[in-house]
Amino acid sequence: MVREALAEPARARTADLREERALRVLRSVMDPEIPVLSVLDLGIVRYVRSEGGRLRVGITPTYSGCPATEVIQRSIRDALVRDGMGDVLIETVLAPPWSSDWLSEEGRRKLQAFGICPPAARGSRITCPRCGSHDAQRLSEFGSTPCKAHYRCSDCLEPFDLFKCI
Amino acid sequence: MTAAASLPEARLPSAESRFQYVLRLADTSLVLGQRLGEWVGHAPALEEDLALANIALDLIGQARLLLAYAGEIEVRGRDEDALAFLRDAPEFRNASLVEQPNGDFGQTIVRQCLLDAWQLGVYEALSTSSDQRLAEVAAKAVKETRYHLRFSAGWLVRLGDGTEESHARVQQALDALWRFTDELLTPDALDEEMAAAGIAPPLSALRSGWEERIGAVLQEATLKRPAASHYPWQGKRGVHTEHLGHLLAEMQHLPRTFPGATW
Repeated sequence: MVREALAEPARARTADLREERALRVLRSVMDPEIPVLSVLDLGIVRYVRSEGGRLRVGITPTYSGCPATEVIQRSIRDALVRDGMGDVLIETVLAPPWSSDWLSEEGRRKLQAFGICPPAARGSRITCPRCGSHDAQRLSEFGSTPCKAHYRCSDCLEPFDLFKCI
Repeated sequence: MTAAASLPEARLPSAESRFQYVLRLADTSLVLGQRLGEWVGHAPALEEDLALANIALDLIGQARLLLAYAGEIEVRGRDEDALAFLRDAPEFRNASLVEQPNGDFGQTIVRQCLLDAWQLGVYEALSTSSDQRLAEVAAKAVKETRYHLRFSAGWLVRLGDGTEESHARVQQALDALWRFTDELLTPDALDEEMAAAGIAPPLSALRSGWEERIGAVLQEATLKRPAASHYPWQGKRGVHTEHLGHLLAEMQHLPRTFPGATW
């Protein structure tokens, strides 16, 4: 699975220096709506392949209509080109569809610290990112972006976003 | 390269048939997305405003993926924008249900629930389509559609089993829109051709799932299932109600007035 390969970057595979460098660059390309998450944290980078002179990067959209996808693809290309990676080809990968399970552990921690409750892993409870209470009420399954739902903490009464589990 | 292309020559429907079929899926999502977009800034509460806009976004996203694919099948150089903005009403293949006006919030919810339940069945079945590309789009869309149906069914129950006023309004909307549901579930020659090739599910097989889903929601919502009735419109064959032209006039105005404009 490409994602695991990315978690332990190119070292785990053949040590292609160009791919490794590209992954380092991608670590600093952030989601425009959730600027604490890199595209690697989001789990939307499916592969980085250095083929001949060309670098191919596979990106999977989170939601079919997420308007951030185009911005993200452009930022990835810009960042790689700025780093001197030369001929960069961004490819959209539809299958298998993106899942919130692909969010990295680090990404989950960053979300919580940013005030967004990360998607519930199996058996875990919703936690208010402000006071830590597990007593929360769903206001709407739809939030300010396609990937978030809207909740309110029943203890501190603050509203918060929850990264949806899909 | 699609899996459909590897089917035995005799069973693979013509490019024209496949193009028309993909347009049915794409246009149904696009037109409903545009309709829901009309709610932005007007919904009864902020949460509902966001929800309808989010659903619209998913639908338009699905439509883009499908229209891009339709353009590739057609091989006449039309991309998703050309197909969305430069076709006239008779060339649209959306189901008549989705072009019906928003009405009040209750009517929008009734339309949405009837369509979501259908789209969920379609996408579930298409995710194992012999057409690889459709299977990929559907596998993604099915996750979104589950959310849509939870929202619309949840609201239909609240409104139906709500006050006397809300009950009466959604029952009236249901009675008015029910006649457009038959088109979704009654196959024509194209639907049958696609089903025979393993590209699309047979609509007869979808009907029971749809009836079950909608039946359960109507029961919980204390709404009465309207009697079946016939109607002359077949949006999926390009025979539309007068509402589609008005919707397209608004949706297509800008790209037609300023062709190729960018910002």
